[in-house]
Amino acid sequence: MTILNPYGMTRRHFMNHVAGAATAIPTMHFLSHLEANATQVKKQQKACILIWMAGGPPSIDIWDLKPGSKNGGEFKPISTKGDMQISEHMPKTAQVMDNLSLIRSMSTREADHARGTYYMHSAYVPNPTVVHPTFGSVVSYELGSRRKELDIPSFISIGGSRGSAGFLGMSHSPFVVSSNGTIQNAEVNMAEQQRLGQRLDMLQVLESGFIKSKRGESANSHKDIYKKAVNLMTSKQMEAFKVDQEPAALKEAYGTGNFGQGLLLARRLVEVGVPFIEVSASVGSWDLHQGVFDSLKNQNLPQLDMGISALVADLKQRAMLDDVTIVCMGEFGRTPRINQNVGRDHWAASWTAMVGGGGLKNGQAVGKTDSDGIGIEGKSYLPGDLWATVSHSLGIPLDIVHTSKRGRPMKLANGGTPIKELIG
Amino acid sequence: MRRFSKQLCVVFAFVICAGLMASSVNAAPESRGKAFTTGSFDPMVDFINKQIRQGWEDNEVEPSPVASDEEWLRRVHLDIVGQIPSAQTVEKFVKDGDSAKRSKVIDQLLDNPAYVQNFTNVWTNLLIGRRTPRRVSRNGMQKFLREAFAKNRPWDEVVQDLVTAEGHFEENGAVNYLLAQMQNNDEAVQVTAATTRLFLGIQVQCTQCHNHPFNDWKQNQFWEYNSFFRQMRRINHRKTDPKTGRQIDDYSEVVATGFNGPVYYEKRSGLMQVAYPIFEDVKVDAEAGVERRKEFSKLIVQGEKPLIASAIVNRMWGYFIGYGFTRPVDDMGPHNPASHPELLNKMAEELVKKKYDLKQLARWICNSEAYNLTSQFGRKNEIDSPERGETPLFSHMYVKNMSAEQLYDSLIVATGAHKSGQSNWERAETQRRQWMGQFMLAFDNDSGDDSTTFNGTIPQALMMMNGELTKNAISAEKGSYLNQLLLEKGNDQAKIRKMFLSTLNRFPDRREIISAQKLIGASQNKLVAYQDLYWALLNSNEFVFNH
Repeated sequence: MTILNPYGMTRRHFMNHVAGAATAIPTMHFLSHLEANATQVKKQQKACILIWMAGGPPSIDIWDLKPGSKNGGEFKPISTKGDMQISEHMPKTAQVMDNLSLIRSMSTREADHARGTYYMHSAYVPNPTVVHPTFGSVVSYELGSRRKELDIPSFISIGGSRGSAGFLGMSHSPFVVSSNGTIQNAEVNMAEQQRLGQRLDMLQVLESGFIKSKRGESANSHKDIYKKAVNLMTSKQMEAFKVDQEPAALKEAYGTGNFGQGLLLARRLVEVGVPFIEVSASVGSWDLHQGVFDSLKNQNLPQLDMGISALVADLKQRAMLDDVTIVCMGEFGRTPRINQNVGRDHWAASWTAMVGGGGLKNGQAVGKTDSDGIGIEGKSYLPGDLWATVSHSLGIPLDIVHTSKRGRPMKLANGGTPIKELIG
Repeated sequence: MRRFSKQLCVVFAFVICAGLMASSVNAAPESRGKAFTTGSFDPMVDFINKQIRQGWEDNEVEPSPVASDEEWLRRVHLDIVGQIPSAQTVEKFVKDGDSAKRSKVIDQLLDNPAYVQNFTNVWTNLLIGRRTPRRVSRNGMQKFLREAFAKNRPWDEVVQDLVTAEGHFEENGAVNYLLAQMQNNDEAVQVTAATTRLFLGIQVQCTQCHNHPFNDWKQNQFWEYNSFFRQMRRINHRKTDPKTGRQIDDYSEVVATGFNGPVYYEKRSGLMQVAYPIFEDVKVDAEAGVERRKEFSKLIVQGEKPLIASAIVNRMWGYFIGYGFTRPVDDMGPHNPASHPELLNKMAEELVKKKYDLKQLARWICNSEAYNLTSQFGRKNEIDSPERGETPLFSHMYVKNMSAEQLYDSLIVATGAHKSGQSNWERAETQRRQWMGQFMLAFDNDSGDDSTTFNGTIPQALMMMNGELTKNAISAEKGSYLNQLLLEKGNDQAKIRKMFLSTLNRFPDRREIISAQKLIGASQNKLVAYQDLYWALLNSNEFVFNH
């Protein structure tokens, strides 16, 4: 085999990948290394999986049913293992609701798709002076940068990208992969893999020459990005993207569509240490201005039900559920009133978001809407409160303040307060 | 120059240290006996040089040497026509003994059709963003701008057309600027913020909600500007798709509405306030019948040195040199003093006298000494480091990122892809758009605010390493760049030199030749080795930067 001289610090990853060099490490050393890392690794596994229902889900038909009201619609509520009822079309999820919770009094004021998406992801309303980071970027910034053993990006978006890292910088932007784990341009054939070493050798000569010629810091930043890209290409952690390797039974339990496989991929990514994964709930449109009940019953909910219940069971079985916070929502809810097309329109005033896992006090519904689903009775919550709750679960201190490029201080989660009932 | 005093201290400290260890220091860059010139004769260029030199003296820095012909030619091509020069162009320029060759190249490039395309790209991105918002016509926007740059229309007229635009988004492409800012039903808040920032170089958007924390701008100013833009709305037309029978987007347009009277806004205290259309203390009649955007377009060009002139000077200086006289270039005002205020003022005044001739402005900048220096800095000017937050002194060129468009077009030049096989324009254009789309997705950054901070991403690096375009670029199939190169006469060294010239636009140094020869010598298959060398050249930092 050709002797590959990989690019600077990537030697270790490269050798591991190409030659299976683990055998070269003395056993004793290997074991003690493993042991020393055990507690560390466990601590570092904290992660958040955001299930994003683009278009705005009719939460009144999923999580907060109103039987007896003219707004109630076709579906009936069923009892769950938690202390709440949910839609009859979520029977599997009902069986794991003791591990999940509902926030039934989200009140988020933005009922436009783009503005709502921005607000729910960042906890800030759009503002022409600054681009706020989406929360995945915040987690990447706070947790990802500390996970030195992570070769792959710390904010991965499965099936689409929403929002940007804003003032936190490009290295925390969502890294987009498809639900089958394909990363564009990352997979090269064996012949090219073999040549990578000599290519990088030559690149090293060119890059170092330019860096030494003293032209500023950009030259180095370029080298760093390439280092990361090569790490990614050659890392053993790339295995995490091979969702195909999962047993057939498990794949079927999650659902074999894009959403189910995306969730399964998310679990694999959590296992290698990725702290934030956004999964697109691409189970049909959620923007249900017409025919809401038929669509939900026949298309959206069966897949959503399978995916969520399988994820919870899988995480629990692997003893990961207390470290992984699950959030499931869209940019807003939908009108309690049913329109003439048997649809529901945009509604941000009173709707439900689902959270769970993450060591929260689960199995409960927090907040309450009135019998028609229009008004909120008691306390209402903002996206900042939701993200503050997630931050609490992830161990991110709430008093953190980020500074925009213009020196404007930005409180974590827009200064939201963790939801008392959930953090216990 | 009080604002430099902090740096002055640094300089003193540095001079003392440097003095102590002077014996081991490399020889200072050759001091230039006579004043630098590109061969142009223009008192404005002399004025620029004098002002910039004053800054060097005041701060006791020594400028970097003049850039080599190779370095400078690459830069001026990227800046004016948006792509690197070909190997032949570099060779010809280096051999040219004409002492006015630089100024001649500047003139030639400004008359090249690629100048029009490049500045159309730059301004399309600024006016409507990299990703076209829904119901905005990118083609319409580009058509308007192409015409403006091809005719070298006076900038003040272009701006006036943009802010007063009305009509169909393809018949009058200028409306796309407004349509792109009218995405949210937001009472022209976005239009106000963008117009003042892009064309006047001031940022009033903070004052939408409160008085500016760092300057004297009050909240009412935002709403006074805003009240100029309230007499319009967008109409989105729909049509039936004959194939599916479904309603789909047709055209959009901007139409005038009969809004009159003041606008109302809420103070933080909850108190409602009124604001009338007022620009720089001139109040416009708020009654019906007055076309406020027309009035606005007249007011912004009044005076000897209107904001619109300073704004474009500052932006163009920043475009060519990497940093403007203020940072960012579109945030001027008493709270953010310019690094070279006299120069900025004078250039703005002269631009007005030259009827806002943008080519003339580009000529002044590109013929200036500062633009002609190397991007390498030395011990005598390393404090001139705006990337570390220092005030720019323009004592060396600053390294800039290539835009996605520049990178794509340069890859095409470097690999001769436009010559080989790709004669079909439409197919080439489709490929270009596909690549740009993918690169943008990998980029995920719309405003591209800082052109000098490298903000490449892993997906972009992967795309450069393994993407289709790179694969084609290093392909050795018949008619390809490498295929032709290998068929040419000459030894390995000649071929290596040619490859450097096609990509980095310079000749390789000894170390590079040795490394490349080693790579080729060690390989059983020469072709493979050449491909790997070319791969490395295209992926290098030096290739993707404009320096």
